Amino acid sequence: MATAAVATHDTGAHDHHEHHDNFVTKYIFSTDHKMIAKQYLVSGMFWALIGGFLSILFRLQLGFPDMSLEFLRPLLGGWIDEAGKLDPTFYLALVTMHGTIMVFFVLTAGLSGTFSNFLIPLQIGARDMASGFMNMLSFWFFFISGVIMFISLFIKTGPAGGGWVVYPPLSALEQAIPGSGLGMTLWLIAMTFFIASSLMGGINYITTVINLRTKGMSFSRLPLTIWAFFLTAVIGLLSFPVLFAAALLLVFDRSFGTSFYLSDIYIGGEALPNTGGSPVLYQHLFWFLGHPEVYIVLLPALGITSEVIATNSRKPIFGYKAMIISMLGITILSFIVWAHHMFVSGMNPFLGSIFMFLTLIIAVPSAVKVFNYLTTLWRGNLIFTPAMLFSIGLVSFFISGGLTGIFLGNSAIDIQLHDTYFVVAHFHLVMGSASFFGMIAGIYHWFPKMFGRMMDARLGYVHFWLTFVGVYMVFFPMHYIGIAGFPRRYYSWTNFEFSNMYTDLNMFVSVAAIFTFGAQFIFLFNFFYSMYRGRKASSNPWRSTTLEWTTPVEPGHGNWPGEIPTVYRWPYDYSKPGAEEDFIPQTVPLSATPESNLPHEQEQVKMELEIMKEEESEVLVANESKH
Amino acid sequence: MYGFLIAVGVLLLLSIIWMVYRIQTLVSVVKGSDKKIASSSNKVNAILFVVFLVAVGALMFWYSIKEFDNYQLPIASEHGVVTDQLFWITMAVTGVVFLITHVLLFIFPYKYQYKENRKATFYPDNNKLEIIWTVVPGVVLAGLVISGWMAWSDITAPAPENAHVVEIMGYQFAWDIRYPGKDNILGDYDYRLTTAQNGMGVDFSDKNAIDDFASPVVVIPKGEPVLFKIRARDVLHSVFAPHMRLKMDAVPGMPTRFWFVPTKTTAEMREELGNPDFNYEIACTEICGRGHNSMRRVIEVVEPAEYQKWVSEQKTFIQANPALADGIEVEVKEVADIQQ
Repeated sequence: MATAAVATHDTGAHDHHEHHDNFVTKYIFSTDHKMIAKQYLVSGMFWALIGGFLSILFRLQLGFPDMSLEFLRPLLGGWIDEAGKLDPTFYLALVTMHGTIMVFFVLTAGLSGTFSNFLIPLQIGARDMASGFMNMLSFWFFFISGVIMFISLFIKTGPAGGGWVVYPPLSALEQAIPGSGLGMTLWLIAMTFFIASSLMGGINYITTVINLRTKGMSFSRLPLTIWAFFLTAVIGLLSFPVLFAAALLLVFDRSFGTSFYLSDIYIGGEALPNTGGSPVLYQHLFWFLGHPEVYIVLLPALGITSEVIATNSRKPIFGYKAMIISMLGITILSFIVWAHHMFVSGMNPFLGSIFMFLTLIIAVPSAVKVFNYLTTLWRGNLIFTPAMLFSIGLVSFFISGGLTGIFLGNSAIDIQLHDTYFVVAHFHLVMGSASFFGMIAGIYHWFPKMFGRMMDARLGYVHFWLTFVGVYMVFFPMHYIGIAGFPRRYYSWTNFEFSNMYTDLNMFVSVAAIFTFGAQFIFLFNFFYSMYRGRKASSNPWRSTTLEWTTPVEPGHGNWPGEIPTVYRWPYDYSKPGAEEDFIPQTVPLSATPESNLPHEQEQVKMELEIMKEEESEVLVANESKH
Repeated sequence: MYGFLIAVGVLLLLSIIWMVYRIQTLVSVVKGSDKKIASSSNKVNAILFVVFLVAVGALMFWYSIKEFDNYQLPIASEHGVVTDQLFWITMAVTGVVFLITHVLLFIFPYKYQYKENRKATFYPDNNKLEIIWTVVPGVVLAGLVISGWMAWSDITAPAPENAHVVEIMGYQFAWDIRYPGKDNILGDYDYRLTTAQNGMGVDFSDKNAIDDFASPVVVIPKGEPVLFKIRARDVLHSVFAPHMRLKMDAVPGMPTRFWFVPTKTTAEMREELGNPDFNYEIACTEICGRGHNSMRRVIEVVEPAEYQKWVSEQKTFIQANPALADGIEVEVKEVADIQQ
């Protein structure tokens, strides 16, 4: 035992620094992964509110086209015209900013940034990220990006308005739409900072997972959350640079007269000199990020769900290896399906055939994941914590939205459905709502570790049911509107006979959206109230097996006050036959649980004992030499 | 005054909710239920999943059946029949999966809700099951893909030789239509020739352009192949004819195309729907700026004989505006004069 104490002292020396932290180094320029995670979380929530609010504005226009929006004038000023209507250009800007904010700032930074930062060191048994400084830099680049994007909301010509995909020539030509002026410039600058931030974060996550795992934490013992964050970071690292390239070429076209994307354009009464460029090139580059981005957003949510469902089913996740293989499959395939966004872009139809085949292959690993979740629930002993409810909700959205992907991935069917509300319904369910639910599930689940207190469960239930029903009420009706052919990004549909209907359904969707948005305030209240007044958490409130629950209730800098625990088993030993409790933490050696070991684990026990003996002698030798 | 009353009302409501919240928290502390692994809410949540399944499932079926004729647009092209069939086959396949998975997803929470004296089944993996549910979706998807691919290859195959050509050019915020005239060959164009009079930048020094004519409406014959040659002048647009199940982006600098065979004349469709005001329409489905939602053109499908008659009655660009012929070569001009 004496040896352990000495070892504690060695590593514990690190801890003494935290007492010297002042306000700035603790809360602002912090290099502690837990604080950075909280910074990401709070910024993500701020952006979610903005992004959600923007959607309410344009839902008002779509659901109540005749309503006077005069009461918004104090906020929107000139964007409300004399008749009290929303300006159509600003409508497009709202749609654009809603997409940009939700995809990048909320679901990429808010989700990955929060949980990769928070959980990677805690779950693999590391003191911090590989580079705390770069981690801090990553957050502050994201922050600068956010400030620039936020400013762009208020400039006179309005923020970028060409859709979140910012296809040129619309995004390249100021004459085409006012938002392509200063607004677009700010958008591009903000995204550049954002990409830099993601890359720094991603490099850190990858390095940390590969290098800083604690003793015994082999890749085959990593919780699925870590696998998800790891693969997400790999996807981001490989695809974000391509977005940067696309943006850079767009900057050149906009400001330096090049013709990467521009060709044969006559606009504003003048023929532009650009020839030889191709707008389709931009689309290829954009979707080379844009499609993997879907998985950047989704994989962490699926990882969180795996963890939450296993814990609260009191059962090992079904098919741990199959889950990893599926995620690997998704990671690889996500890079070779991008052009399914472009079936009718005018690219060679043969390319369309290829991408249709590849796209429908990616549905297989996704299906496997769903079946594995269902089997995990089967014959479990389910505890419905709010996190568990949101995880089940995620699986539901993942199925509903995933299945419509099979329609859209089929190029023949996509001809009709492309750029209609069917697509809107599809990705809001499978990527938007599913990832959002993953994020919320993660917050409910790890709040006790973040703030040392519990969130109120009952408010969580109310929040879940209102949101779950609300999300379906918003996005399910959009399928009907989409099948009827209603195009996306339309300010109003009254100009066309085929879409001059469903005003009632659109009104219903808008009311549901306002209602769902309102329900999020229950969560906000719960979050901030519980942070200060919530019930004190115990160190392992969900009786979970993973490493983060072996830290003190509120882990300090360095996470474990003593030695970093060693890992002896996989993370899903729930309800193991023979075991007294229905969970065995990863830190419990197999040799300590002979009553519950499976036949193949008996072999490992021998090895384990040998290694432990070796280690002990090593430590003794080390201590001898010191004296 | 109303604002004040509403504010007071909201305030009262919030304070009541607050009181209820505090009381229930205190009650749960007194009862010690916050110390239990699963409180009584566990059962409520389990039941709510089943309620949700039944209620929302019923709502979905009811609405889908009731509204079927409204969201199911009538089909007016040959390939539209094929793609719609694929759509509904996919709907049937995914619908079954959707129902089964959701029934399981919401019944399991009810059936396996927490019981203190029960232990969950330790069931970490089963390779046979994994293989089954990798292979089965794989095979089903392969079936869907192959049928989709065959349809796609047919739709995107080169247009038949005898297809009637119509050029559609998108610009902010309308479509211009050009017909090739008697020779069925469109004359050259160059965006640099675009002027207020010559919006499509037609090059009238090209002989093929002489008999080209414009039209405010896309008139096409029923039962014969029609080839849309699509381009854009300023930003991206996308030609979308919902009843024809047709969509293709209009790209500046890169002409695109889409061919199809219309199957019902406008008159026939009017009769079928019992709507004398019905029109086939073209809309724009690629965001293009302020007027994106107003780029409407009407397609008029007529009998072939009527179409021939209509074509012969149209005035060419030059007939409509002789000034366009100014400055072009004499030889070409003669051709134009002969036609007039």
